[in-house]
This record gives sequence, structure tokens and C-alpha cells, in this order.
Amino acid sequence: MPGLAGRMSTVVKAKISRMLDRTEDPGETLDYGYQKQTELLQNVKKGIADVVTSKKRLQMQSTKLEQQVVKLDTQARQALAQGREDLARTALERKTLAQTELQSLDTQIKELENQQEQLTANEQRLRQKIEQFRTKKEVIKAQYSAAEAQVRISEAANGVGEEMADLGLAMQRAEDKTETMRARASAVEELEQAGAFDDITALGSGGDDIDRQLSELTSGAQVDDELAKIKAELGSGGGESPALEQGEEKA
Amino acid sequence: MIVRIAGEGQFKLPDEDADRLNELDNRAVSAVEQGDETGFKELWSQMLELVSSDGNALPDDELIESDVILPPRDITFDEARGEFTGDGLIPD
Repeated sequence: MPGLAGRMSTVVKAKISRMLDRTEDPGETLDYGYQKQTELLQNVKKGIADVVTSKKRLQMQSTKLEQQVVKLDTQARQALAQGREDLARTALERKTLAQTELQSLDTQIKELENQQEQLTANEQRLRQKIEQFRTKKEVIKAQYSAAEAQVRISEAANGVGEEMADLGLAMQRAEDKTETMRARASAVEELEQAGAFDDITALGSGGDDIDRQLSELTSGAQVDDELAKIKAELGSGGGESPALEQGEEKA
Repeated sequence: MIVRIAGEGQFKLPDEDADRLNELDNRAVSAVEQGDETGFKELWSQMLELVSSDGNALPDDELIESDVILPPRDITFDEARGEFTGDGLIPD
């Protein structure tokens, strides 16, 4: 079959025949093949462990971001209570950013969970096939002449090899995905550090580089909206009601 | 005919399906060549549908090569460009 059918299996075949070319004696080839398969299965386990580690890291980050959101919200309220609308605005801008990041993190965590499940299922299938290969190789060694054994070895090894290549592909895709997530995770960490302003007054005029970038990044509407809401809550005693009307447009 | 969906395992399909699958494959290739993402997605889901409706999952202890290997279900259009026209998903 033309098209997509051929390419992957050609690669698989090339790899398998390289593997089988190592020795002349079918018995040795079989043992070598089995040994190689078992080694590769170890790599698979490591790969799955990597995915789990990435997932845990993202989960930790998600927890941190959730705390960050609460903290920034509190800071915005405090700032506004002290009449510092500029600071409140900055805090809310960061909160919006953190919330957006949180949503995308949760999506990624779900994706990784699916991937982990799929890889685990694949690993079990490969393990079964390798086990089957082990049984088969003893039968082949015992029952067949060298020439016949060679044919049967190829069949069996190609069956296992295809499964292995398939799992290799799945691992590669998972790795690529976690790589992208890792890069994003570092960016989120920077954001967390930028957002961790414990001393709210130390921020001064709020005019540093990060602040300006943040202002550009976030849409003003949601921030205005929240600012108005907090003002309404706080403002039952104070008199800053004009800003309340801004709160209609939701981002 | 044995068909593998990458990442999901192997399925045994009646041989009559080979022509249908081949036809869908050829149309998918030309959709990719024309940059028609919607058309490709539609054909791709038809291919998957054919395998899951007509195919029976092969037992895990069966050591047999596939006649056809389909890329992963969640293949992106960009990946499809490589698989359906270029070097394939696993360049050696």
C-alpha cells in the first residue's frame, strides 16, 4: 500500500535487520534480540517516569499559581483600601495573567494524564509481546533448522519491532510535548517571581519594565471590571462610585 | 489485512477494506498537498472510523507485522504534511 503505509514500516524493518545482522547463529540472534527488547523496555519505563515527573511539576505550579491568584486579589483589595488605585491595578493585571496561565496549565496537565495512560497501555502491550517472543524463541531454537529458524525469527522480531517502534514514536511525541511545557513552565516561574511583591509599598509608582509589559499584555477591560467590583465592596463607606459604571464589559 | 493505528495497537480488517482505505489515503495525500486542512481532517476521521468499525483488535500476544500503519489519531495538520507527503513521522 502506497503513501503512509510504507514509510514507518520501512524504518522499522531497517532497524530490525540491523539488529538481526549482528550474529550468524539464529540461536544467538534470538537471545540478542530478546536482550535488546528487554533493554528497550527499561527505556520505556524511564520515559513514562519522565512524563509523570513533568505532570507533577505542572501540578505543583498550578497549586502555586492558585495561591498567587488569591494573594494578588488580597493585595489589590489592600491597595485600594489605602487609596492606591495604581497598585491595585497592577495587582489585578497580574492576577488576570495568572488566571490565564492557570487555565492553560490545567489543560496541559490533562493532556499529560492522557498521554501517561496511553503510554502505560502501550508498555503493557509491548511487555506481552516480548514475553511471547521469549516463549517463541525457545520453540524456534529447539525445533527448526537454521534456515527455517531465520525466517521465523524475522517474523517474530518484526512483530515485536513494530510494536517497539510504535511505542518509540509515542514516547517521542510525549517528550516533544513535555519539552514545550517545560519551556512554558520556566516562563510561568518568572511570572510568579514577578508577582511576588510582599511589600506592596516597595513597588512605588509601579512603573518598572515588567509592569509596563504586563499592562500591555493584559486586557484592561477585565481589570477595570474587577477594580470596580472591589471598589463597590469597599466603597459602601467611601464615595468612589463613578468607577462602578465601567464594570459592564466583561473580557 | 492488519492495520496499526500508531499508539493504539493493531486491528484485523477484512481484505475488501484495503481498496477503500487506499482510496481514502490517496485523497488524504492530495488534500494535504493542496493545503486543505478541513478536507484532510474529514478524510482522516473516515479512515479511523473504517478501522474501528470493521476491525477487530489483535490479541497482545500476536507477533505479526502490520500491512498498513496509520499515524497517531491526534495527528496535526503539520505532522500530516510530513507523513502524507514528505519524510514520514520517523525520519531515520
